[in-house]
Amino acid sequence: MTTRTHPSGTATPWEELVTSALLGTDRRPPSPESVPPGKEPPLALLDAAAVETLRRRAGLRPAAAPADRPAAAPHDPRPEPPAAARRRLAQLLADRAGAAGAGGRRGTAPDLTELLPQWLAAAGERGYRAPAPALPALLDAARARTDLRPLALAFAGPRGLWLARLNPEWRFALRGGSGSTAVPSPDDGTAVRRLWEEGLFAERVALLSALRAHDAESARALLASTWPTERAEDRLMFLDSLRTGLTGADEPFLEQALADRSRNVRATAAELLSALPRSALAARMAARAATCVALDHSGGAGPVIAVEAPHECDALMQRDGVVPTAPSGRGERSWWFGQLVEAAPLSTWPARLGGRSPHDIVALPVSDDWADELHAAWCRAAVRQHDAPWSRALLGSPSAPPSTGPGTTSPAERSKLLATLPDAERACWVADFIAAHGLSEAFQLLGVCAVPWAEPLGRAVVDALDIARDAGSYPWSFSGVMGLAERCLDPSEAARLEILTATPDEPEDASPGAGGYWSEAFQRLVSTLRLRATMHAELA
Amino acid sequence: MLRLDGDPADTGERWTPEQVLSLAPDDASRKAGARLSTAGPWSATGSDGAGAVWGLCKGSGGSPYRTVVDLTGPAYTCSCPSRKFPCKHALGLLLLWSRDSTAAGGAAVPDWAAPWLTARRERAAAGRPAARTGAARAGGDTEAARKRAERRAARITAGATELEQRLADLLRGGLAAAGRSGYGLWEETAARMVDAQAPGLASRVRELGAVPGSGAGWPPRLLEECALLHLLDTAWLGRDRLPEPLAVTVRTRVGLPSVADGATVRDHWLILSQDDTSDGRLITRRIWLHGRDTGRSALLLSFGAAGRSPQLALPVGLMAQADVTSHGGAGQLRAEIGDLLSVPVPIDAPPKGTDCAGATGLYARALRDDPWLEALPVTLSGVVPVPAGDGWQLADADGDDALPVAPAVVSRPGLWRLVALAGGRPVTVFGEFGHQGFVPLTAWSDDPSETVPLI
Repeated sequence: MTTRTHPSGTATPWEELVTSALLGTDRRPPSPESVPPGKEPPLALLDAAAVETLRRRAGLRPAAAPADRPAAAPHDPRPEPPAAARRRLAQLLADRAGAAGAGGRRGTAPDLTELLPQWLAAAGERGYRAPAPALPALLDAARARTDLRPLALAFAGPRGLWLARLNPEWRFALRGGSGSTAVPSPDDGTAVRRLWEEGLFAERVALLSALRAHDAESARALLASTWPTERAEDRLMFLDSLRTGLTGADEPFLEQALADRSRNVRATAAELLSALPRSALAARMAARAATCVALDHSGGAGPVIAVEAPHECDALMQRDGVVPTAPSGRGERSWWFGQLVEAAPLSTWPARLGGRSPHDIVALPVSDDWADELHAAWCRAAVRQHDAPWSRALLGSPSAPPSTGPGTTSPAERSKLLATLPDAERACWVADFIAAHGLSEAFQLLGVCAVPWAEPLGRAVVDALDIARDAGSYPWSFSGVMGLAERCLDPSEAARLEILTATPDEPEDASPGAGGYWSEAFQRLVSTLRLRATMHAELA
Repeated sequence: MLRLDGDPADTGERWTPEQVLSLAPDDASRKAGARLSTAGPWSATGSDGAGAVWGLCKGSGGSPYRTVVDLTGPAYTCSCPSRKFPCKHALGLLLLWSRDSTAAGGAAVPDWAAPWLTARRERAAAGRPAARTGAARAGGDTEAARKRAERRAARITAGATELEQRLADLLRGGLAAAGRSGYGLWEETAARMVDAQAPGLASRVRELGAVPGSGAGWPPRLLEECALLHLLDTAWLGRDRLPEPLAVTVRTRVGLPSVADGATVRDHWLILSQDDTSDGRLITRRIWLHGRDTGRSALLLSFGAAGRSPQLALPVGLMAQADVTSHGGAGQLRAEIGDLLSVPVPIDAPPKGTDCAGATGLYARALRDDPWLEALPVTLSGVVPVPAGDGWQLADADGDDALPVAPAVVSRPGLWRLVALAGGRPVTVFGEFGHQGFVPLTAWSDDPSETVPLI
């Protein structure tokens, strides 16, 4: 707002009063014109200042609006979610803020924070846009949780991006691939070209990944066109985006990248090539690996796999991405051997080992304690090459004790192998695993199963929880699985769970009070499942 | 159940969770209520479509708590031992109800809920006194009360005289010296004003102490505040010569309690905002109302001692019929509200708005009645929030005028809600406007029935 200025351009009466007040009326008495006579100077000054203050306040005029107002937010044609769903979103977002400081026991109430991603995914599938007043809370939530960003930003849409440009705290929304509206249409060749040549690094990465998903060939061609002039760390990120839609057509480019100046770029190129079983690099690795592994029939107890690890890591191996220096505590030769097997196409082995199936190969005994090394390398290869038959063989039977599995002792490795299997098979395998071994080692495996859990898996988890309760343990020993179950169980399981919410009579050998806690935990599970069902119904 | 003017008792509208939570006495209740807002612990829930909502909540004990809410009032009862009001059970029940998760409306009131509801409604029908937080009238010995008042006035007069002397000394020595001497000087003067039983003067003095630290351009601001304080001193000392309404305003500004002895207005009151501020000792809750038919504004104040929420809470974004009684004094909008006489329903349209020039005009006129007025309630229509320098402005969509958003608001999340709601297009904004700028409190975009709180 503005106040009138004095026409003469000299000090206004108000400015004179301020000067006098600042220096003190003893040193600078107010001029006789500006104060009424007859009072001592300080009080006369205050009288005059009071009049002047009110005159200034009453005379306030609106300020001039800036000449360049920002353009209005682009139109978002998607509809807003129904009223009940909008209220639910507000609650989920508000709870997020509240949950941070809340500690202690959770009681029977659902954990809303964990439901936000599901809500966003469901709203996105149904083609809704975020209600405008919810945008700030939504952007704040996405700022705090990277895993929410793609969903939240897609839901926020063009108005979300428009808003994010106005607040530096939301700058993250303008970075990266999720800011999809900033990326030109892949068909608009000129715009793509211009952004690629002039854009910021983040914009270029976003452009390349978008283009790669749309048209893998032209994305690689675009990258190749400026490849030699890119900085090493940029080359690494760009190369990484080729993982999407990787095919044999990418081989010449990757083969050329094997000679890159940067070691990390070389290693990534080699890794990508080895994921292409028909590439020349894969063939070279196959040849190297094959010389290290042979079938030995000399023993009396049937064939045994004999391993002869490489004696050196020559320049050509290094060019193909083999890292010569072993991490401390590992023998050099077994380190090189592991890398060769990992990078060799798995199709090498049936031919090399007597035409056996992956299952039979994994079952073969291995000489001289090489079994762990060999099987672990095969696991890595199966994950890298997305090879379901090998994964299946390496996982073994779900009912076999976890520690005796063929080379797949760690849950992390298992879950990676599981990820290569089809959804239904994965769920069945984990269900059988839980039925055989309970929940204590199942957490990571559950994490790779498709949501909502298929019926056999859901039933296995509920049964296992029931067994754990009957065994007298406390529910918080299973809090991880419980939390997953709240998010991933099919809401229709709620009816079956209802009977478990009753507090059972405590058996003599049970932990004191466990029954009540279990009942509480199951109540929470049931109410979360119900809430998820309601949530989805509200969005319909 | 009172139904006045053929009011629809239940439009089937449910409150939003925010509106329910705005009734919560504190954050802990808000969280506890939210935890109880799932169907799990509840049974025998229902509502009668005329404002009553009830349910049984399973607690840690044997028998469930019986919770009943009357949305008119609003009033609550619960068999739990909590001293919070409403308790977490009432909040949880209302949250459940707000999501249509209780049994459908029109159900029969169960036996255990009926006596309380009946008693309440009979009391309401009999016509209770309107004001529920108004200061009690001086009862008993009026002569003694008059003497007490005289003694207090004499102390305030002594305090005001002393304050005048201190202001004169300050101006004689210069504000620059005062800026260097720091906060202690003001604290001591404020304590003297507390002793003089003039809390209004005390808080103004305390605020003076903060001005030198408030950044560039503080000397004119300090002179303004000193001058207005001097004006208030002078007005108090000469209050016998002032017209009665202004004299009442002066008494209120100095810190004497004011009473709701003005006119009582029955209207449909839009509950526009509810905002709590705390000075560490006292929580002050300010609720702005707007009369749909009379066009009047009313400010409800409610106070809570440290850690305890003010008693009065109303659901923002709704409107209901009620009797509102104003306090006296020129330009004073403070009022007291009686029980809500109808089931609150969502606000169907914002108050009639003005433009930026209209807002400055309103403030200028209001200063005539109350020179100490910092801000007054204003509805701006057709304004766009636009960034301007470090801050924001609300600019007329059809024109070049703009009002600055008060700097204190710029960092609040509410401003971003407003910006998001507008999306660069004109909106209607209710807020407080004064010499420090505009504080947006509530907004509406193209859909006038969607009231968006900005606090």
